[in-house]
Amino acid sequence: MYSHDVLIIGSGLAGLRAALELVGHLDVGVMTKVYPSRSHSGAAQGGVAASLGNVDGDSLEAHIYDTVKGADYIGDQDSIEILCADAPRTIVEMEHFGCAFSRTDENKIAQRAFGGHSFKRACYSADRTGHALLHTLFEQSMKRGGELQVYSEWYMLRLIINDGVCKGVVAMNTKTGKLEVFHARAVLFGTGGYGRAFAITSNAYANTGDGIVAAYRAGVPLQDMEFVQFHPTGLYQHGILLSEAARGEGGYLLNGEEERFMKRYAPSKMELGPRDIVSRSEQTEINEGRGAGPNKDYVYLDLRHLGKEKIMERLPQIYHLAKDFIGVDAIKDPVPIQPTAHYSMGGIPTDNDCQVISNETGDHVTGFFAAGECSCVSVHGANRLGTNSLLEALVFGRRAGKKLFEVTPEIGWSKVNEKEELSAVRLEIDRILHTKATENLGEIRTELQNTMTNQVGVYRTGEDMEAANEKIKELQDRFTRVKVENKGKNFNTNLIEALELSHMLEYSELIVAGGLAREESRGAHFRNDFPKRDDDKWMKHTLAFRKEDGGYELKYRPVRVTRYQPEERKY
Amino acid sequence: MDSVTFRIFRFDPETEDSPRYQDYEYELEPGVTLLNSLNTIRSKQDATIAYRMSCGSAICGSCAMRANGHAVLACKTQTSELVKDGVIQIDPLGNMKVIHDLVVDLEPFWGSLRKVKPYLQPDTTNNPELEREQTQEQFLLIDDVTTCILCGACFSDCNALEVDENFLGPATLAKAHRFIYDSRDSKTEERLEDISELHGVWDCTHCAECSTRCPTETKPLARIEEIREAAMKAGVHGNNGARHVLGFRETVGKSGRLNENYLPPRSVGFFNIPGLLGLLPVGIRMLMRGKNPPLIHHSIDKVDEVKKIFSRFEEYRK
Repeated sequence: MYSHDVLIIGSGLAGLRAALELVGHLDVGVMTKVYPSRSHSGAAQGGVAASLGNVDGDSLEAHIYDTVKGADYIGDQDSIEILCADAPRTIVEMEHFGCAFSRTDENKIAQRAFGGHSFKRACYSADRTGHALLHTLFEQSMKRGGELQVYSEWYMLRLIINDGVCKGVVAMNTKTGKLEVFHARAVLFGTGGYGRAFAITSNAYANTGDGIVAAYRAGVPLQDMEFVQFHPTGLYQHGILLSEAARGEGGYLLNGEEERFMKRYAPSKMELGPRDIVSRSEQTEINEGRGAGPNKDYVYLDLRHLGKEKIMERLPQIYHLAKDFIGVDAIKDPVPIQPTAHYSMGGIPTDNDCQVISNETGDHVTGFFAAGECSCVSVHGANRLGTNSLLEALVFGRRAGKKLFEVTPEIGWSKVNEKEELSAVRLEIDRILHTKATENLGEIRTELQNTMTNQVGVYRTGEDMEAANEKIKELQDRFTRVKVENKGKNFNTNLIEALELSHMLEYSELIVAGGLAREESRGAHFRNDFPKRDDDKWMKHTLAFRKEDGGYELKYRPVRVTRYQPEERKY
Repeated sequence: MDSVTFRIFRFDPETEDSPRYQDYEYELEPGVTLLNSLNTIRSKQDATIAYRMSCGSAICGSCAMRANGHAVLACKTQTSELVKDGVIQIDPLGNMKVIHDLVVDLEPFWGSLRKVKPYLQPDTTNNPELEREQTQEQFLLIDDVTTCILCGACFSDCNALEVDENFLGPATLAKAHRFIYDSRDSKTEERLEDISELHGVWDCTHCAECSTRCPTETKPLARIEEIREAAMKAGVHGNNGARHVLGFRETVGKSGRLNENYLPPRSVGFFNIPGLLGLLPVGIRMLMRGKNPPLIHHSIDKVDEVKKIFSRFEEYRK
């Protein structure tokens, strides 16, 4: 049995930032299913938001308002105020940690335009801002290497919560297959999003919602799972992210008739409308037969007018992705794109100090924290603005660290039944390995992903989601007979893929459940059968609780409004 | 659609004595990447093949492996470009121990990285509440090198590492470069001193394999050359590598050709008795096999032309 005062699961921006706050004060362990530098924070491209006003007259007030409006008024406004107010300090801190930012002519951190933001607010490092930030924190973690224990390639499989007290986790050492209990006074999840349940997604293969499902199975409700962001510029068929910075730098969106179609949907912001609106606009163009290509199933991101120099200095990664993955030279030709499942607005509900909430009245789970994409504070509401996610991970990662520093010493070492916890996980694994197996793992996964993209995607209907619900139930049943041919111990990716699939099957049901119940359209959740936002009925957060029999129950909690009353969202 | 044979390295050290290759017939579709192809094979034919992957978009560095003997990042490599006579051979990265199939033990790679103080060491008088100034030109000096995704492709295919496991390796040297060339770092000189020691920047043999295999703009060899340049400019000359460079220039500048009897003692240092003694066995073996350079060193015929080139270069440098 391993033990740490604080155990952090996930080594992306939230997890590492929290660890740096605690190292040297408490005994901290960080666990990751990959290696820290391979966390998905690194895939963020375009920028990180802060109202520094380095290039225009931006203000904190404007950042707050844009975020509240972008969230379609279901973000909690006190949380959003915290997020935006702490942004400038966060950027300066990352600069001091060594992050290399692109610069202005006045040698300040450069800032660019982004969708839904009314000023040039995105601080950036070319078009690999997440990568620059993640590697900076990884460097800082190596600086503290002697004091910070990092468990790379360990796969967390069970969160231990007894009687409302969190006591640690059970995890598997991927290299050896050995299961171990990690005993802790407090646990922080920074385990990322759940976009892998979709066929077209910008998410890493690792983003299978392991953290949120472990929390859910341990009795923690999940909040606002129905809100999944579809990013407007996913590379056609691959779903790979092409940063919004491409449009921030002046890129156009064109339909098959080479027309800038955004004039019909967001005449004042055009291509820089918020992501939900731009993705829907693209999908409408495709659905109404104005797409491009032989099947008219994509639209274009056009950078040609920006010129080679600007593309290669500001958007080099986008250039290389288009070139390497689909052989398109973005300097000479427009790039085929389509909406791609990108960001999970929903997740583990927390208060403003990242303490996890156990019910609709806001009681805490003692010693359990969550930050970053796996959490739902909620600062993004129904639709996140680009560049606010890196910011959230850094701001709330640090806040989690500060709160953990404060409360962990007060939390005693509660007893954990090692044998029982280990055997619970071993039982699950044995069931997978030794079941009477007939079902192909890859097929179940593909069918799930196609169902989610086609029936729970940019446009949804009650009918489609009912069908998706049936399909997921069928797949869950088939999963009980899934074939895992590799019975070995060391680096058994076959087994890990099966465990990941079980997580995807579990939370996908909740995305559909939340979406079916929410009979309105808000942010990224758009229903053709209920196309209007309904503030009277639905200005509230969904909470999905797991029942004893494995089913779920939905409850709701109010949204915190401080200064901006809901109004119609126009761009 | 063309049928391609994927010849994949398989080895589970837990249960098998030796590695083997397993063939998979695969229908090649246009536009798919190597990672797409492997995932299709794993999903439809053999779920037991072990390899790492994560982001699928060339930014996390997990899926580095060897295709046809050379390191590639699987997710960004078009499968069609790898087919040779209908076959693609897939192996794990080199210079590291195999854990399972295409998964290698990366510890030597991370261990090397930790040796060069891989974090900014700023001037402690900086005001932490203000962003520091850096010009866009200064940012661009570290723009390429910060694209490194730590995939290990260069570490795998580095020829110097193959013969000296203590060599820092290309990615680590690139990481050192990233701070040496960062205008906000205050320890440039110490870094240059440290990296010029044994197993450091001078132990690279310039084979350029790292830059050829690098899937990003990091191009370690170019960074290694820039570190050497910075070290020479900063007067960090008290090491074998720098003395070798200086000695090279001295002998060529003087006689128009390399004096191979002069260079080795010049590199280890003329007063470095243990170092000089260390050269003796090689020298004697060369002598016995008749491989020794002529004992009397002659200048080339037109040595004045060479001297002119050197003096023109010195003028240009000023």
